[in-house]
Amino acid sequence: MENKLKVLVAKPGLDGHDRGAKIVAMALRDAGMEVIYTGLRQSPEEIVKAASQENVDIIGLSILSGAHLKLCERIQKLMKESDIEDKPVFVGGIIPAKDVKKLKEMGIYEVFGPGVPLKKIVEKVKEAVK
Amino acid sequence: MISEREVAETLSLIEKDPLKAKEIVSKYPERDYFVVGITGSPGSGKSTMTDKLAEMFAAEKDVAIIAVDPTSAFTGGAFLGDRIRMRRSVKRNNIFIRSMASRGAVGGLSPGIYDAVEFLGRAGYDIIFVETVGVGQSETDIVNLADLVLLVLAPGSGDDVQMLKAGIMEIGDIYVVNKKDLDESQKILVNIEATLKLSGIERDVISTNSITGENIDRLKNIVQDHLTVLNQTKKLEKNRKDRYKFNLLNTLFSILRTRYSKIEDLEKIISMYANEEGENNESKEN
Amino acid sequence: MFDNEELEQIKKQRKKWEENVVEPTVKRFPERKEEFKTSSSHEIKKTYTPLDVEDLEYVNDLAFPGMPPYTRGVQPTMYRGKLWTMRQYAGFGTAEESNERFHYLMSQGQTGLSVAFDLPTQIGYDSDDSMAEGEVGRVGVAIDSLDDMETLFREIPLDKVSTSMTINSTAAILLAMYIALAEKQGVSPDKLKGTIQNDILKEYIARGTYIFPPEPSMKIITDIFEYCSEYLPGFNTISISGYHIREAGANAVQEIAFTLADGIAYVEAAIDAGLDPNVFGKRLSFFFNAHNNFFEEIAKFRAARRIWARIMKERFNVENNKALRLRFHTQTGGSTLTAQQPLNNIARVAYQALAAVLGGTQSLHTNSYDEALGLPTEESVTAALRTQQIIAYETGVADTVDPLGGSYFIEKLTSDIEKKVMEYLSKIDDLGGMVKAIEKGYIQKEILNTAYEYQLNVENQKEIVVGVNKFQTDEDAEKEILEFDPEIEDRQKEKLKTLKEKRDQNTVKEALEKLKKAAKEDDNIMPYVLDAVKHYATVGEISSALRDVFGEYTEAIIL
Repeated sequence: MENKLKVLVAKPGLDGHDRGAKIVAMALRDAGMEVIYTGLRQSPEEIVKAASQENVDIIGLSILSGAHLKLCERIQKLMKESDIEDKPVFVGGIIPAKDVKKLKEMGIYEVFGPGVPLKKIVEKVKEAVK
Repeated sequence: MISEREVAETLSLIEKDPLKAKEIVSKYPERDYFVVGITGSPGSGKSTMTDKLAEMFAAEKDVAIIAVDPTSAFTGGAFLGDRIRMRRSVKRNNIFIRSMASRGAVGGLSPGIYDAVEFLGRAGYDIIFVETVGVGQSETDIVNLADLVLLVLAPGSGDDVQMLKAGIMEIGDIYVVNKKDLDESQKILVNIEATLKLSGIERDVISTNSITGENIDRLKNIVQDHLTVLNQTKKLEKNRKDRYKFNLLNTLFSILRTRYSKIEDLEKIISMYANEEGENNESKEN
Repeated sequence: MFDNEELEQIKKQRKKWEENVVEPTVKRFPERKEEFKTSSSHEIKKTYTPLDVEDLEYVNDLAFPGMPPYTRGVQPTMYRGKLWTMRQYAGFGTAEESNERFHYLMSQGQTGLSVAFDLPTQIGYDSDDSMAEGEVGRVGVAIDSLDDMETLFREIPLDKVSTSMTINSTAAILLAMYIALAEKQGVSPDKLKGTIQNDILKEYIARGTYIFPPEPSMKIITDIFEYCSEYLPGFNTISISGYHIREAGANAVQEIAFTLADGIAYVEAAIDAGLDPNVFGKRLSFFFNAHNNFFEEIAKFRAARRIWARIMKERFNVENNKALRLRFHTQTGGSTLTAQQPLNNIARVAYQALAAVLGGTQSLHTNSYDEALGLPTEESVTAALRTQQIIAYETGVADTVDPLGGSYFIEKLTSDIEKKVMEYLSKIDDLGGMVKAIEKGYIQKEILNTAYEYQLNVENQKEIVVGVNKFQTDEDAEKEILEFDPEIEDRQKEKLKTLKEKRDQNTVKEALEKLKKAAKEDDNIMPYVLDAVKHYATVGEISSALRDVFGEYTEAIIL
């Protein structure tokens, strides 16, 4: 009957730059999705718990402080422990090219660097759930 | 208590198809549980209130929270922003928090919420807090869903004028006047007590400060007392039966609202409702 | 500025121009766009004339440079007397590496040091805290104790440099360490020159490194004002910042409006704490963004000076002219730089830097071209510094003060920006002041709406970003970026462990207890923080002690 996509947009770690995360959250909402924006300073534990209880379809992480490898590693591990490792994870932020490879090897579904159009992000999110 | 994973996934199935949801829920054994509704204007401090109460009750019971946020009429999307206000509850292992979008429902709730609540009760949660979309003039469905309704009012939320409009005043079992530190808050409290007195209605009225926690434990005790009475007078089972009928009506309306309603779906839900009515009449005759 | 007869003649000619010259041309060659707008949606006309500035009064609205309202500049000779300070933000990884970078930049002609700290240091966590995992030494230098500070400034005489520290919630702690270090060098605090950012309100709005709620945070800030007005008269105790607000998506008007509104809140807090604005007003400094729309930026800086001078005079009755001056540092807008075709960023930064100079900045940081990819390399940082030096020594723009003063366009834009800023300030007053406006989420929402609109405009090509949504090329080469050393975190943890073993635990504990007591009793916490750092209490320990007393801030929710 009602097939709404539910998305978690999270800011893990200490990074305080949330312009991108908020804009993506707004774009997803405007595309008809139900969005939980977590706010700043989320621990990997809080993020995974929210993703699990809310049973979101997609997890979006925004990381601009450079700590993406460590944080994604922890989050993937916790997702496995909570039995939700099938949920696609998107990462947005300042990610050097060789780290993009590493993240994908870790199981991250897609990485968006600066300048990716919102339209593309919305598209990719919808694709990931099919 | 079933696993959190199963709870989370089942809730998604329930939200997806309110008709099928009833089938899903019926597979779990019936159980007694309380539904506490928390409603009030946006900005009144509902979420913080819910968070603190849930945490207090979680010391002895398993608690679930459902927070409803409005779906945008233009885009069909929603921001589910209540979860992140519940900083204490998210830390506890025996509190399950779920956000639901209203998805076009007008009464302040969402299409799947009745089944969600029934399911959570059957899944093992003893107290289910339901925080609704803010109270306007039509968001009063919480009365049909909850065993107990807390109406949270506060200065700055337009409550002075709003609440004196007919219909809003009657939905609360407990009136919570928040932001105790503000002078306006006192005025609202006095207003409510006067109105209640004039109408000859007796209700609990309490003023709180949800940020400092002032009076929250008193509020908790008042809620506890109400729940105890419900238990003793065996109201819970009756409430659940009534709730089920409202559930069917709610689903009927949400099916009707869908542009491509299937006739079979309509027929099915109508017959379910007729059954309930029939059973009800039988028990009345008996 | 012009007499009525002349204005009438101009009006007549304008009519002729529009009907006989413009119309036929536009019929054959329509303009490139339907409307031409600045970042703050000011509509830009075909050209500007005396008619656009007919109400402008030279003496009252512009005045000579170095005279209120300082529209043309805060000093009479500006860059003819002394060029702006070329101050490149730096710091990463370890205190040792930062120290090396400092020595390098100084040898290349940089005239002031600027320190970036890592996030744990900024947010009051030690390098061994679980919250710090993965973040140690990333966006700046990790400072856990006075030990690290000593390494950071090794062989840098603190009486000979001016140091700017980008530190906010933990400003009291880092400043105390700077003072303690100077003492060890035999330098008395009154000789110290520099700035601490110390602007907590913008953290809640746009930057996110807050710790405590607004009220106690304002108290700490005024404690620092008070302490420094007595012991560090040469230190700028706050850098009221609009840079980050702009980066968060605000437009030029919002950048100025929200920054000055923050300024008003700080001045009010300081006055409430018993300080004299005629005195501390002289030590306030500001920090702005140099963004893309060239003329709007120049007008923005001029408007900011004029508005602030008027606010200090009319709202706060400040009489000392020096305390009416808005002095500012500028950084070119990081968010305008692209990861695609990074060399383009050199041009962007050059134009932004030029706007800042033409706008009369006191000091300037130019971004490196590879900053959309990661921390800058030594080569790119040098090129960024050279950009400033070329402006200073080769273009001639520094040879006269406020060269664009009198331009009909610039003066009109300056006045329009002033008007719109005043509207915002009035709205903020209605909401009960800046702190309330922030707690209600009003400021954040305004900024987010502007940011979202801009993003949508980029995507529908109403706004062009060269190399990104126009003039794209296929890129393959992976750019060389500065490598981050993952061992830093472990090394810092080791250092901490050693420190905690070496130092006298009891004196640390005692100092922290005294600090907590002072905080609870509303005393000025600076002397107690100073005492604690001298005993090698860590940033995390001091912050924890204060967290116990003040609590933590919870973010205003707007989505």
